[in-house]
Amino acid sequence: MNPDPNMIRLRLITLFTFFSLAAFAQDDLMKMLEEETEKDKKPDYATATFKTTRLINGHSVENVAEGVLDFRISHRFGYVNGGAYELFGLDEASMRLGLDYGLTNRWMIGIGRSTYQKQYDGFTKYKLLRQSSGTRVMPVTLSAIASMMYKSLKDENPDRENYVTSKLFYSGQLLIGRKFNESLSLQLMPTIIHYNLVQGVNDPNDVFAIGAGGRMKLSKRVSLNLEYYYQLPDYKLPGTTNSLAIGVDIETGGHVFQLYCTNSTGMTERTYISETTGNFFEGDIRLGFTISRVFTVKKPKH
Amino acid sequence: MKQVILIILLCVSTLTANSQTVYMTRSGQVSFFSKTPMENIDGTNNEVTSLIDASKGEIVFAILVKSFRFEKALMEEHFNENYLESTKFPKATFQGKITNSSSINFTKDGSYPATVEGDLTMHGVKQKQTATGTITVTNGKVSAVSTFTIKLADYKIEIPSLVADKISETIEIRVNCKYEPRS
Repeated sequence: MNPDPNMIRLRLITLFTFFSLAAFAQDDLMKMLEEETEKDKKPDYATATFKTTRLINGHSVENVAEGVLDFRISHRFGYVNGGAYELFGLDEASMRLGLDYGLTNRWMIGIGRSTYQKQYDGFTKYKLLRQSSGTRVMPVTLSAIASMMYKSLKDENPDRENYVTSKLFYSGQLLIGRKFNESLSLQLMPTIIHYNLVQGVNDPNDVFAIGAGGRMKLSKRVSLNLEYYYQLPDYKLPGTTNSLAIGVDIETGGHVFQLYCTNSTGMTERTYISETTGNFFEGDIRLGFTISRVFTVKKPKH
Repeated sequence: MKQVILIILLCVSTLTANSQTVYMTRSGQVSFFSKTPMENIDGTNNEVTSLIDASKGEIVFAILVKSFRFEKALMEEHFNENYLESTKFPKATFQGKITNSSSINFTKDGSYPATVEGDLTMHGVKQKQTATGTITVTNGKVSAVSTFTIKLADYKIEIPSLVADKISETIEIRVNCKYEPRS
């Protein structure tokens, strides 16, 4: 008996249906869940590239979150090579008090006052690009900072006509940072610092520098940081050296302690990038520390 | 001939019937609470995906660790960075069975006590976990609520001694999900 071709076809269809049914029954609920979570994949933004908003002397690509106030107390002691008479620099101290605030998660502002040259400073920092992976790939975080400094120290020549603007300084920085993995983050910081008034006729009014730095985590709560600013030789003030700093960040709940060694005295862009005079390798090293304490002023809405 | 068609029809109908018994949510809520005299910490995740297969009494959850939101930004950072290590372990999952699923009628409105047993995986550690809660059926929609506790040590989540008095060793987990039939 020759089988009816139609019959064969139908049998085949039946078989297929059975198989697909069987396949469906075996389809694990977990697999279905995976498919669902696959659908709502979002860009995965890199977080905690650095422990705090400052690398050591200068800024990092980190911002304080929206509605968070960061109170920062920074100290620099005297040169270690002052010897035992100066208790290795501990007899002398220079400090900056600062308040930073997050207007949004990407935009922060801050003000500060340094004892060094009785200086006031203010800055604004905005995160232009955020490093991300997943559905949107961005290799780096890019931030821009503009800051202004006012030296309120009394005029050197009171007899001369002195302008307020002569004691104003401006700086602009780009921060290009990348978190390579859980422990290593690196950053580049091209910088320009503008002087309204310089001391010498041949001194440049604009200082150009490029900074490089990074951090390596030693444990979950401790990281080793390094920061160096190289001033372009044709655009630097005479007698100044490049700023170098090495330190550790220690995080304890709401506080971050930063302990470091640096050849810089000041704690604002003008004073540490373009007016450092110490030679790190000849022992002109200052011990310094910063305590950062954050307060949540405005609670985030969920 | 007719028999074959009948079989196909039967298969197709069971297939559709089967697919209707799966309920899903992509906006379920899971929150956790750590209570100590020093500090209370809580985080909430409103983007939890969960599925219930009513016919088999199975229930699964997928939670993106990074989607937990906190009152303080620094808590969120530390939660991801130091405790749950969300870059290394981005997802937490639960795969379990409703042990008393036979006493729950997903087609009839009502409130049913439920016990769920299964594996909770987070921070790269898989642990057996049992939770009791309530499954409520209203107009074909299903909601599930449950509260249970876990021990941080079971999931290899370390608390440094410095903050030991601020973080509880046992964490209360609250689940609140509203499911709809999966189309």
